[in-house]
Amino acid sequence: MDEDGLMIHLEDICFGYPGRPSVLDKLNLSFYGGERMGLMGSNGSGKTTLFHIIMGLLKPSFGRIEIMGRPVKEEKDFREVRKRIGLLFQDADDQLFSPTVLEDVAFGPLNLGKSQDEAKEIAVRALESLGLAGFEDRITHKLSGGEKRLVSLATVLAMEPDVLLLDEPTTGLDEATEERLVDILKGLDVSYILVSHDLDFLKEVTFGITCMSNGTIVRDDERIPHTHIHVHEHGRYAHEHGRKWPHDKG
Amino acid sequence: MIEELSGRDSLIHRLDPRVKIVLVFLFSVLVAVSDRFLVLLSALALGFCIALLARLPVKQLVGRLVPVNLFIVFLWFFLPFTFEGEPLFSVGPLVGTHEGVLYAARISIKSNAIMAVMIALVASTSILTLGHAMYELRIPKKLVHLFFFTYRYIHVIHQEYVRLVSAMKVRGFRPGTNMHTYKSFAHLVGMLLVRSSDRAERVYNAMLCRGFRGNLYSLSTFSLKSYDVISLVFMLAMMLALGVLEWTKMV
Repeated sequence: MDEDGLMIHLEDICFGYPGRPSVLDKLNLSFYGGERMGLMGSNGSGKTTLFHIIMGLLKPSFGRIEIMGRPVKEEKDFREVRKRIGLLFQDADDQLFSPTVLEDVAFGPLNLGKSQDEAKEIAVRALESLGLAGFEDRITHKLSGGEKRLVSLATVLAMEPDVLLLDEPTTGLDEATEERLVDILKGLDVSYILVSHDLDFLKEVTFGITCMSNGTIVRDDERIPHTHIHVHEHGRYAHEHGRKWPHDKG
Repeated sequence: MIEELSGRDSLIHRLDPRVKIVLVFLFSVLVAVSDRFLVLLSALALGFCIALLARLPVKQLVGRLVPVNLFIVFLWFFLPFTFEGEPLFSVGPLVGTHEGVLYAARISIKSNAIMAVMIALVASTSILTLGHAMYELRIPKKLVHLFFFTYRYIHVIHQEYVRLVSAMKVRGFRPGTNMHTYKSFAHLVGMLLVRSSDRAERVYNAMLCRGFRGNLYSLSTFSLKSYDVISLVFMLAMMLALGVLEWTKMV
């Protein structure tokens, strides 16, 4: 595979749910190998829809999709796409459906035609790489929220994808788990598109941030000077902040 | 759930799950079609022996038999009086018949015998292994999937139910006998259905993304050991004996 090749290419994608204004309106996107793209946008701006269209879970009403240089249209084409691109769902409970962790992580490799032993090996390796060694026989529905998220990530990584689509991976995570996720993402050898509302998080794990609004992608790199209003006691007296306050993030 | 007990160790736990399923199935059929009290009582004794061999705590076993027997108690209220035959006793204008009592007794013994082995099966095998064994036994894939997903998502749906109920409670909902209560409960059930169906769709999508093509592959392999074969032959012989007992009655 060409490292820097055009991985995902969307042209004039339109999508709408019946009876509502369209979610995606002539959206264009080019994503190259090696990139790490952050995606921001208000609720309902179509970020999740965009991911589902790339994976072929939703059919656009108009537009062209090319993955790894090949046009994809039919379910058959998307089956190939799903081997190369992994999607991490917003809700880990949707992703983890097998009774035990090992079975869930091995599910993807088994679908790809690996033997039982190979699949087990891949699963164990994927778990180890995320610091989840020893989780193999845990019952999935009894994991904590953070553990569920990391195991979900392992299930996607076990497919050994070239590109990851991460849909709000930090939602509901505490700070320690979020930091762990940051370290994991930084250490990954995969290109990804990451949806999040957390600007600091995006700054840390992506190379650039793209915004979505009105159903299309806007490159918004303009630097706009702005101030943050903050509140604390003794604020009525003129003062400067030399060091970081506990509530000041980043 | 009784699955907690599946991590223990006993003669029954160590048996190949496929053997267990086959035996439980044959045993249930045999008990269900038998009529002779000698056969039924022996089967009941056998059933309880198996449950005890599985090292099931008696309290747990009894606790799980109670719901079945509650149902059977109701049968005892009706069957003796609705069956035609020789009068045996009377309560006011109602006449209980000999045949009716025997019929109710048969049902009670049969249900308890079958339930005892079922409980022994579920308590000695993890749900996961049970599912894979069903798959190995060529039970239709769709049924096995249904079994797996029910197990996995019953907790999630229960959690969703608990969340909805608390959401109602924190806004001061107190169930009563009025239209408002019925309506709210209808909304609750409706919402639960909608959410489950949404959830089902998302889970299916997540599976598609990981290359699901309609097959669930298992990570475990089963192999028959001599212990399994001996148990199988022994139990088949016991059941054959019961079958012969039942059959000789007819002749």
